[in-house]
Amino acid sequence: MADRDVVRTAEPGLAADREETLAVAGVGVRLGGREVLHDVRFSIRAGEFVGLIGSNGAGKTTLLRVILGLQKPATGQVRIGGAARAGRGTAVGYVPQKIELDPDMPLRARDLVGLGLDGNRFGIPMPSRGRRERVTEMLHAVGAAAFADARVGTLSGGEQQRVMIAHALISEPRLLLLDEPLANLDIRSEQEIVSLLARISKERGIAVLISAHEINPLLPVMDRVVYMADGRAASGTTGEVVRPEVLTRLYGHHVDVIHLHGRVSVVPGQDDEPASGSRDDTHVLHADPAAPALDKAEGRR
Amino acid sequence: MNPILRAVFEPGFFASAPVRVALLAGGMAALVSGIVGTFAVLRGQSYAGHALADISVTGGSASFLIGITPLWGFAGVSVVAAAAMDLIGVQRRRGRDLATGIVRGAALGLAALFLYWGTTSTSTTGATITVLFGSIFTISGSSTAVAALLGVTALGIVAGLYRPLLLSSASPELAFARGIPVRATGSLCLIAIALAVSLSALTIGAILSTALLVGPAAAGLRLTSKPGLAILWSAVIGLAATWLGVLLAYDSYYWPPAHQGWPVSFFVVALVLVFYLLAQFGRPAGTRRDKAVARQAEAGA
Amino acid sequence: MLSGFMVNTWIVATIVAVVAGAVGFFVVLRGSAFVADALPTGAFAGAAGASLIGVSTLVGLGVFSLLGALGIGWLGRRGRQDVATALTLVMMLGLGSLFLSFSGQYASEVYSLMFGEVLGISVNEVAPVAFLGAVSVAALAVIYRPLLLTSVMPALGESRGIRAARVETLFLVVLALATSMALPVVGALLIFSLMIGPPAAARSFTDTPALAIGLSVVIAIGTVWAAIAASYQTNWPVGFFVGALGAVWYAVGRAATARRRSRQRARAASEHAGYARQAATVRT
Repeated sequence: MADRDVVRTAEPGLAADREETLAVAGVGVRLGGREVLHDVRFSIRAGEFVGLIGSNGAGKTTLLRVILGLQKPATGQVRIGGAARAGRGTAVGYVPQKIELDPDMPLRARDLVGLGLDGNRFGIPMPSRGRRERVTEMLHAVGAAAFADARVGTLSGGEQQRVMIAHALISEPRLLLLDEPLANLDIRSEQEIVSLLARISKERGIAVLISAHEINPLLPVMDRVVYMADGRAASGTTGEVVRPEVLTRLYGHHVDVIHLHGRVSVVPGQDDEPASGSRDDTHVLHADPAAPALDKAEGRR
Repeated sequence: MNPILRAVFEPGFFASAPVRVALLAGGMAALVSGIVGTFAVLRGQSYAGHALADISVTGGSASFLIGITPLWGFAGVSVVAAAAMDLIGVQRRRGRDLATGIVRGAALGLAALFLYWGTTSTSTTGATITVLFGSIFTISGSSTAVAALLGVTALGIVAGLYRPLLLSSASPELAFARGIPVRATGSLCLIAIALAVSLSALTIGAILSTALLVGPAAAGLRLTSKPGLAILWSAVIGLAATWLGVLLAYDSYYWPPAHQGWPVSFFVVALVLVFYLLAQFGRPAGTRRDKAVARQAEAGA
Repeated sequence: MLSGFMVNTWIVATIVAVVAGAVGFFVVLRGSAFVADALPTGAFAGAAGASLIGVSTLVGLGVFSLLGALGIGWLGRRGRQDVATALTLVMMLGLGSLFLSFSGQYASEVYSLMFGEVLGISVNEVAPVAFLGAVSVAALAVIYRPLLLTSVMPALGESRGIRAARVETLFLVVLALATSMALPVVGALLIFSLMIGPPAAARSFTDTPALAIGLSVVIAIGTVWAAIAASYQTNWPVGFFVGALGAVWYAVGRAATARRRSRQRARAASEHAGYARQAATVRT
């Protein structure tokens, strides 16, 4: 870990650029007169597993939409694989929040996964054996082979998530985004999905960014965390970010961090006094030295 | 007499008996439809309302075949159809629309059959046109009393169920938790809609029936978020559109090309649409704020 | 019944059924039953307008159903979808009543346009119907994948660059095309019965989208053939049989779904029982 730090600070520009699958640089978003995101910056390298933690309203979904290119940021930019986002391509896989599907809908799991290959293409579809084999292989890789031919509307929460992950992965993206995939899952499914994602991330060298409002299910596998509150973010390793000082500055009021049996709880603190120091104190918030700064990027260009 | 007033109200307007009947019947239909329609739109049952109007007209055309008073044909059939839709319909909206369509298809098939049977000796086309495009100036004064009875019943149902209906329209789960019989309330509401549209279909024709059920209510709901106020707006807009429509139709008597006057249906429908569009787009600040808030709400997590 | 002058009817009816079955699959998938119902009824006004200015009825139907589709799409994006459909529908009907008041000559076609006329198909109607049918099916095939994805999960489509509004407009245009070409045979009021009955049944018998479309087409063809044959024998209007058969197919579909669900539940229950037994044996 220390070695990597040295390398990074020595050559902050090029090395970081080549390794970064995703770079979020100073992104800010205003919606309806409210600042939904403020100066968010972090980066993710290939094969890294990063958790985007925050409660509802913290700005997680907005951030994901910015990364996907569905929301234009008022400030800052997003770079995927070093290039600024020009349009929407298949370099980013996306698993949206779970939705209620019609159980009568005639669409099997393997059909939905197949659409991950070419669902966005106009033109007359031609069935091909190669396509079918890729779909089957992908379904096996996520452990969904058992219900490959079941209607997607009849799948359980965990099963649907596996299928959605297969759909997102089959186009071989470099970055995989998941929006609250663990919500409403039972504990066993939760653990299974998390280990599946961690395994895929390492095996295929895919950068994974998964948003959740609970950090504990991700603790065992997370490389780094991006903690969000009120549109502001703190990024770094769990040890760097999940600390009372950092989170207090992030939330703007006093919080305590409790460690118990290897799990972490962030709770409102006892004192009512407001946190000291400015919330825009970036060098405390951005504990991650690899987090790209906007001016650095412009200087490099 | 004031020349402007004379230009607006062509001579003989208030003296004409058919006009008085039209204003009275149309006003009644507009009032009932506006009030009941607010609930129809709230519950996403515009299609059901439209289907019931057409089915009611089927009943009307069948009634002269069997020899019963048209009123019972109009009202009875639509209530039966409402019960059928409710019985076979599912709770989810898509399933409900499908069931509505099927019932309407079957009912209209029956209408085709009745028209064929009933009119092989007379002109089929005249009957079909009256059935579908029936106009306000052709009703008789005697049926207005019975129509009033229908209207009062419909209003009574909606008034009696006011609070349970509002709650179960907004959130069926919440209503269910509070002990409200959601299913029964919904059925009764659908019957009220059936009565309201059969009253309209009888007096002013199937087209206006749908228009007055949906348009003013949708406009009212756009103008305010308070249900009671929305109902009031809906009734006012419906009345205004109807009476203005009657006036314009009367005034158009000497207009080209046929010099028989343009149909009331056209004017009322056009006015309803104009009012809706005004409510929809006439408050730019409001709409933009609403859209921004909506976007923020969906991005907020 | 199969004699020379009926051949056109059979051909046109089959083409109509193919298009209705295919387009209807998406109508049911997207929950657009009201739109599929409103378009033909509104297109009616177009027929009246066409006779006013002396253009062919089919052209009037086509133009108006297209305008209706675009109107529904435009209004629907700014407000509630069902309200948009209702208002577009009544506006077109209002225009229809206006046109009717201008000219008196339209009246004779009203019945057949509404409910279908078995003997009404002449040989020079076959070609335009075939052409429009081919165009509709081809257009549907071209937008098949994005339409499927965006209908099932709009969020997924959005993330892959599929603009839901554009695909929806394209679909509505195809729907308008299908509507206007099907009207002469089955009639305005019953075309949508063909578009929702067969697909509703088909989706209960197969899990695959491609098979569901195929089955829907087959059922639609069967329905139209049966309706024409019955109408020919009894002289009753075609529309009646289409409406009745549509309801029958819907009922069949519902029954099949109910049976499938109860079998699923039974299977799940026996699986649970199996696990429980396994756990019990392991414990002992």
